[in-house]
Amino acid sequence: MDLYAENILDHYKHPRMQGELPDVTVQHEEKNISCGDTITVTMKVENGTISNLRWTGTGCAISQAAMSMIAEELEGKKTEAIDALTTDDIRALLHVPIGNRRVKCALLCLHTLKNALHTLRNEQMQSWTDTVGNESNAS
Amino acid sequence: MSLDSASIRRQFPLLQQKIDDHPMMYLDASATSQKPQIVLDAMNDFYTTSNANVHRGMHVLSERATTEYEKARESVRRFLNASSTDEIIFTKSSTESINLVARCYGEHFLKEGDAVLVSILEHHSNIVPWLQLKEKKGIDVRWIEVDQQGQIRMDSFESQLAEKKVKMVAITGLSNVLGTLPPLKEMIASAHKAGALVIVDAAQLAAHAQIDVQDLDCDFLAFSGHKIYGPTGIGVLYGKKDLLGAMPPFLGGGMMIKEVTRGHFVATDLPAKFEAGTPPIAEAVGLRTAIEWQKTFSWKDRQDHEREMLALALSELKKIEGLHILGPKNPDQILGCISFVVDGVHPHDLTDILGSQGICLRAGHHCAQPLHDTLGIPASTRLSISLHTTKDDILILTPAITKAIKILKK
Repeated sequence: MDLYAENILDHYKHPRMQGELPDVTVQHEEKNISCGDTITVTMKVENGTISNLRWTGTGCAISQAAMSMIAEELEGKKTEAIDALTTDDIRALLHVPIGNRRVKCALLCLHTLKNALHTLRNEQMQSWTDTVGNESNAS
Repeated sequence: MSLDSASIRRQFPLLQQKIDDHPMMYLDASATSQKPQIVLDAMNDFYTTSNANVHRGMHVLSERATTEYEKARESVRRFLNASSTDEIIFTKSSTESINLVARCYGEHFLKEGDAVLVSILEHHSNIVPWLQLKEKKGIDVRWIEVDQQGQIRMDSFESQLAEKKVKMVAITGLSNVLGTLPPLKEMIASAHKAGALVIVDAAQLAAHAQIDVQDLDCDFLAFSGHKIYGPTGIGVLYGKKDLLGAMPPFLGGGMMIKEVTRGHFVATDLPAKFEAGTPPIAEAVGLRTAIEWQKTFSWKDRQDHEREMLALALSELKKIEGLHILGPKNPDQILGCISFVVDGVHPHDLTDILGSQGICLRAGHHCAQPLHDTLGIPASTRLSISLHTTKDDILILTPAITKAIKILKK
């Protein structure tokens, strides 16, 4: 199937949940320096629930579309929903084959969300290897 | 006689394959070149008939392998017009060659307060070793600026030299992003006048122009086999004999020693002093074959062909709305490659779509982040020219890029 499927291009051209929140509980930015992809996530968390989530970013269609898609899923959910997110969830959302060369594009959203949660909890940041698991970590 | 690039193309087995029924259009030789059949055969022949370790035994295969390995060194000597094979060190890459100089020369002969002058055009391989030296020894890393076209600002260069702190100038022979050519000979003469040595990163230059280290009078020069139609895993460091002779060895191990006792070792003579461990022997055979193969084409024919391709690419790319070419738009001012950006289209998306049609271009910062920062862009797309590039390779680009932009443009 085509990597640039209609749903991906639609999310890229019309990103959902994009923007910045005032007085947020947590804000976190991650970058793929080698490609210049950037995603910043802001969340308002109340009693363990993500009451608001917005994001901003620049970069390739895959990185931006993936963030747009996952953002729609998370608002109103418990923060544990981010703990539970896996690389397979992102792949399922994108619904196109993601080759090794695009793994970091596709998973930048996951990496940003996981580390936003670590920031919220004052935990140590996780590495790309932690995020990607046994998948390719090449950049 | 002009270059018959269509016939040359037929000598590259990899280029004969198709990607989903699209012909293979390889325009990424600046990253690594493809290999002609003759190079692949030479390496296969070596492993089939002559494989043994070098300089280590008395048996027939050892002698054959050693002869082949040293023939490669002589071939490289002639390729660079070095005066002696003692000045030709085999490494694993250009990167390793530059690191060797930063470690073995830099750490031992430069001191805190000395400066290394690096151009903003440099590939990370000619930046990071000097930044590592800065961390280790407190030497200063300074920058030679370029103008908007990517040409060296000689005023910036000369004024830095005038301070007399610069002891090493690290300069590329050919930008791997913009294709611009710093005036090496003039810069080397100025550097020497100011008491500085010069290391030339010729990783790109070696594939596009004749190099004469004696005429240039550079002190060190590095290039890699894989960018000049040879194999990966082998690089070359040229160094003036007196400099290499004064430097301590790089890695320690077999082949680089005269004697080893329980308490100490004595390093052997050049060039083995810098070649610890089993060297890339089959790769040296491949590199020699690649060099000898290229000699069948004159430099004039090669550059005429390349400039024709670059001129065609420039005029084609200019037709695309929203596409901006980085660096000079005059084909006479560049060699090797052209980089560009497209408004609103990320290079990774563009090259991914082109790649699915068999068109191979490079996207990213091409290991030249300071240059991209200076140009104010995170990434670009690059097409590079090689001996096998034909008009068809270039002419297919404009419609393909236009189509990709249509898909991606917001």
